[in-house]
Amino acid sequence: MAAAAALEAVAPTGALWGLVQDFVMGQQEGPADQVAADVKSGSYTVLQVVEALGSSLENPEPRTRARGIQLLSQVLLQCHSLLLEKEVVHLILFYENRLKDHHFVIPSVLQGLRALSLCVALPPGLAVSVLKAIFQEVHVQSLPQVDRHTVYSIITNFMRTREEELKGLGADFTFGFIQVMDGEKDPRNLLVAFRIVHDLISRDYSLGPFVEELFEVTSCYFPIDFTPPPNDPHGIQREDLILSLRAVLASTPRFAEFLLPLLIEKVDSEILSAKLDSLQTLNACCAVYGQKELKDFLPSLWASIRREVFQTASERVEADGLAALHSLTACLSRSVLRADAEDLLDSFLSNILQDCRHHLCEPDMKLVWPSAKLLQAAAGASARACDHITSNVLPLLLEQFHKHSQSNQRRTILEMILGFLKLHQKWSYEDKDLLSSGDLELAVGHLYRLSFLEEDSQSCRVAALEASGALATLYPVAFSSHLVPKLAEELGRGELDLARGDEPAKCSRHLRCLQALSAISTHPSIVKETLPLLLQHLCQMNKGYMVAGTSEVIAVCQSLQRVAEKCQQDLESCWYFHQTAVPCLLALAVQASMPEKEHSVLRKVLLEDEVLAAMVSVIGTATTHLSPDLAAQSVAHIVPLFLDGNVSFLPENSFPCRFQPFQDGCSGQRRLVALLMAFVCSLPRNVEIPQLNQLMRELVELSCCPSCPSSSTAAAKCFAGLLNKLPAGQQLDEFLQLAVDKVEAGLSPGPYRSQAFTLLLWVTKALVLRYHPLSSCLTDRLMGLLGDPELGPAAADGFSLLMSDCTDVLTRAGHAEVRIMFRQRFFTDNVPALVQGFHAASQDVKPNYLKGLSHVLNRLPKPVLLPELPTLLSLLLEALSCSDCVVQLSTLSCLQPLLLEAPQVMSLHVDTLVTKFLNLSSSPSMAVRIAALQCMHALTRLPTPVLLPYKPQVIRALAKPLDDKKRLVRKEAVSARGEWFLLGSPGS
Amino acid sequence: MPTAAGSGFAMVGGGGVGGGLLENANPLIYERSGERPVTAGEEDEQVPDSIDAREIFDLIRSINDPEHPLTLEELNVVEQVRVQVSDPESTVAVAFTPTIPHCSMATLIGLSIKVKLLRSLPQRFKMDVHITPGTHASEHAVNKQLADKERVAAALENTHLLEVVNQCLSARS
Repeated sequence: MAAAAALEAVAPTGALWGLVQDFVMGQQEGPADQVAADVKSGSYTVLQVVEALGSSLENPEPRTRARGIQLLSQVLLQCHSLLLEKEVVHLILFYENRLKDHHFVIPSVLQGLRALSLCVALPPGLAVSVLKAIFQEVHVQSLPQVDRHTVYSIITNFMRTREEELKGLGADFTFGFIQVMDGEKDPRNLLVAFRIVHDLISRDYSLGPFVEELFEVTSCYFPIDFTPPPNDPHGIQREDLILSLRAVLASTPRFAEFLLPLLIEKVDSEILSAKLDSLQTLNACCAVYGQKELKDFLPSLWASIRREVFQTASERVEADGLAALHSLTACLSRSVLRADAEDLLDSFLSNILQDCRHHLCEPDMKLVWPSAKLLQAAAGASARACDHITSNVLPLLLEQFHKHSQSNQRRTILEMILGFLKLHQKWSYEDKDLLSSGDLELAVGHLYRLSFLEEDSQSCRVAALEASGALATLYPVAFSSHLVPKLAEELGRGELDLARGDEPAKCSRHLRCLQALSAISTHPSIVKETLPLLLQHLCQMNKGYMVAGTSEVIAVCQSLQRVAEKCQQDLESCWYFHQTAVPCLLALAVQASMPEKEHSVLRKVLLEDEVLAAMVSVIGTATTHLSPDLAAQSVAHIVPLFLDGNVSFLPENSFPCRFQPFQDGCSGQRRLVALLMAFVCSLPRNVEIPQLNQLMRELVELSCCPSCPSSSTAAAKCFAGLLNKLPAGQQLDEFLQLAVDKVEAGLSPGPYRSQAFTLLLWVTKALVLRYHPLSSCLTDRLMGLLGDPELGPAAADGFSLLMSDCTDVLTRAGHAEVRIMFRQRFFTDNVPALVQGFHAASQDVKPNYLKGLSHVLNRLPKPVLLPELPTLLSLLLEALSCSDCVVQLSTLSCLQPLLLEAPQVMSLHVDTLVTKFLNLSSSPSMAVRIAALQCMHALTRLPTPVLLPYKPQVIRALAKPLDDKKRLVRKEAVSARGEWFLLGSPGS
Repeated sequence: MPTAAGSGFAMVGGGGVGGGLLENANPLIYERSGERPVTAGEEDEQVPDSIDAREIFDLIRSINDPEHPLTLEELNVVEQVRVQVSDPESTVAVAFTPTIPHCSMATLIGLSIKVKLLRSLPQRFKMDVHITPGTHASEHAVNKQLADKERVAAALENTHLLEVVNQCLSARS
């Protein structure tokens, strides 16, 4: 009692006593936080808390002792940063001592030690002492999960802050930990324990004689077999455990002798997940292993990988097997060897070749591709491996090519050759020639012949063209000297026998020739030969030396376009192409647009919409990748050409009269505004356009002027394309005002309403894409036109244009400002108004609103649409009853993906959906019938129990379209009906 | 309920489905024909397209083989030349060729083809599915089973057979 009296004397307040009593005896939880808060605020010290606890810490009843220690531990967890070194020493001694106490007490003791392990003031030596005490006194695996977790936390904390001290323990620490985790079952604890083992290894703690034990205690979990319980609050996935165990197993070459036999055993097992995990782990190991570790296991590893790739039906096993082979080969290639050591890479690759090469000789058999893939996986690992394999395989494949004569066999062989060539290119062995010049000439000869194969060998021809392209980057000289002249001769052949007229055969040979020329333009030096050839061909046609139809001219343009694409990556080629092709095309077009009494055939052809579109895409492709300074050079020529008729930079520039596309009444010249559009709308944004003000005014004028619709549309598009790229500011506002005034004037009753509408549409699009504030105003104007009896249908279709990606102007590739979320934003801003407009509209214009809405929904990313579905669905269902085919079609194509992606929501309407889709499956429009049947097919994604009541009725109803007069409809009916049959049936 | 054995569609001994060794482990594989190109006529609303051999072939070529992860077309079990069809007379005849003469799967393959046609063709068609003459040891027995409407119907009452047939007819994932 004397002690109690003394304590009372130092106690600042009786409050602490009260709180302690409430917690220990009263079994209340609240006081612990209160005490901790008071200690933090300085009301009393930790020492005073210990004193207040006094008797409860020594109480003979273990539950009371546990409660006392629990209070102290909880306070320490919150206040460990306030402790002084001296206090820490005493507390540690106290707690270590308590580890021997009754098992009721242990959880609280561990909590206290965890708090102390976080202490900065922990003096040296105590961490080791705590761990020794735990290893000695506590049988960790008989504790509950939470307490085991506490032990791991203590170890983790010390490893983080006391690394040097723990390493002083030597291998004892490792051994102690092995005993702690041995038998651990809980996934939460395993994640921590794996982390600790990983740190032991990667931070170079001493493993001493315990390498194998450490391997055993972790590898016993391999392969991870864990399915998280449903509604698991801890969110631990199988994948988390797999990856963290893999990090341990693959962290050191010292595990290799134990791990590799285990991996081989598991790859050989029947379980798919075990195979995958083993192959992926092997893959990871190769990052740290060397030849020494792999040496003894290579034959077994190869046998297992080969078997998996040859026999598996699973693409993932195949992919992982190939990846593992790739890493193994890379690992063998990387190792530094002693001078007298054997290089395992050569023998390993020889094994692979020996097992695979004979399959390459049977291009019809199932194992041909797996063998090629294995060889390519190994060859992709290093330059040495690639060299070893390709030098063996390529001569073999060339020989096989001669032996096999069927085109599908040859295609297989060509595709394999292409694969090896691509790998070879990756290691770019330019100094060491793979093919002798004789072989090369032979190969080029074959490729030339294959480029002209008939229609039924299409795939073989495509493979040959692709192989030519790949080979041409390696051997440009061989192609310019052997192949280009042959193709030139072939192309020129038609030019002489004009008199004999147009034969389809010659035409198709020309087409093949054009395709081959673009396919081999993969090297800058080849482009310098092929581009002039193509342009010259176009000029020859223009001069009337040969008969040329629309399709022939378009084919040349497409070939030019492909060459332009190939030039885009190389700055110099890009400029060469632009500088050579663009003036030439413009000159031809200007020539063709001149008013002349006798037009040559080509001149009419060149001004056709389709041909102009093909030229637009060549000019666009040749412009987008120009550097800004070169683009500026070009723009300084081209804009004056159109505004002032300055033709001086064109290669042939003597024309019978002036070129004035904006002034002249001649419609031919106006059509060329499309080419101006292709150029100026593809320029980088920072290129300044000369005479911009005048250009924009001319464009607005032309866009609303009575000429052919295509030139006014081109002018509107060009105006919109430029507007989109202009920085915000006064100039932009002026141009906008100009356009708005023009639109408003034009929309009032009169002859130019449709032109004014087109201008409105394109300007709106330009602004919607860049989130310009005025865009909402213009969109409202457009929406107002949906009720217009004359322009309503066009306005409805306009929504399709607003939401879709253009190919010629306002494209990201052409540097337009396109905000990624513009469709979502447009949807959010405008759909409520569209829905409202629909309800308010008179019956005869309602379809316009539905159509507009369908277009918007159709183009919207489906994830954005899903949450809005409940509010829109009733409208969409109503749209299905609309008699307009376009609305029906659009609505069906909107519902179809929703059926696939939101089956739960759609289930509520199954009755309506089944009825309406079946009705539409006998629509007079074939496209609607097809779409309706596709929806019937998609309906099968709904939960089966919802569908089963309809199954007999649907199967009966779908028998009718099986006999549709159109094959494309029958095809959809077959697949829909087939799926309905499988519903709820065994095996599906 | 009739049993599989009672319906005559029991799968004969040897390598059953799944498990055991394959009867023919490295079969010759054939190229798949591409999608049928769509012609201008097919896209014209007015022109009727009659049901032709290619259309029938397209129905059956993608049926999965019960043993291999390959289609009947890739194994050359079905070929377009072995399809005879007359749209006006509403008749179809399909001959199929088992990969080996003792193939225990022949009946099952024939049944799958038959079921596929039953589900995909208008009811007016009369269909005949049989083994290419001279390519299988028990050709006649199999043909007889396939021609017997009642046996086919009974076979489809058998859950196990129906399961295997449905698997053959499911789109490859």
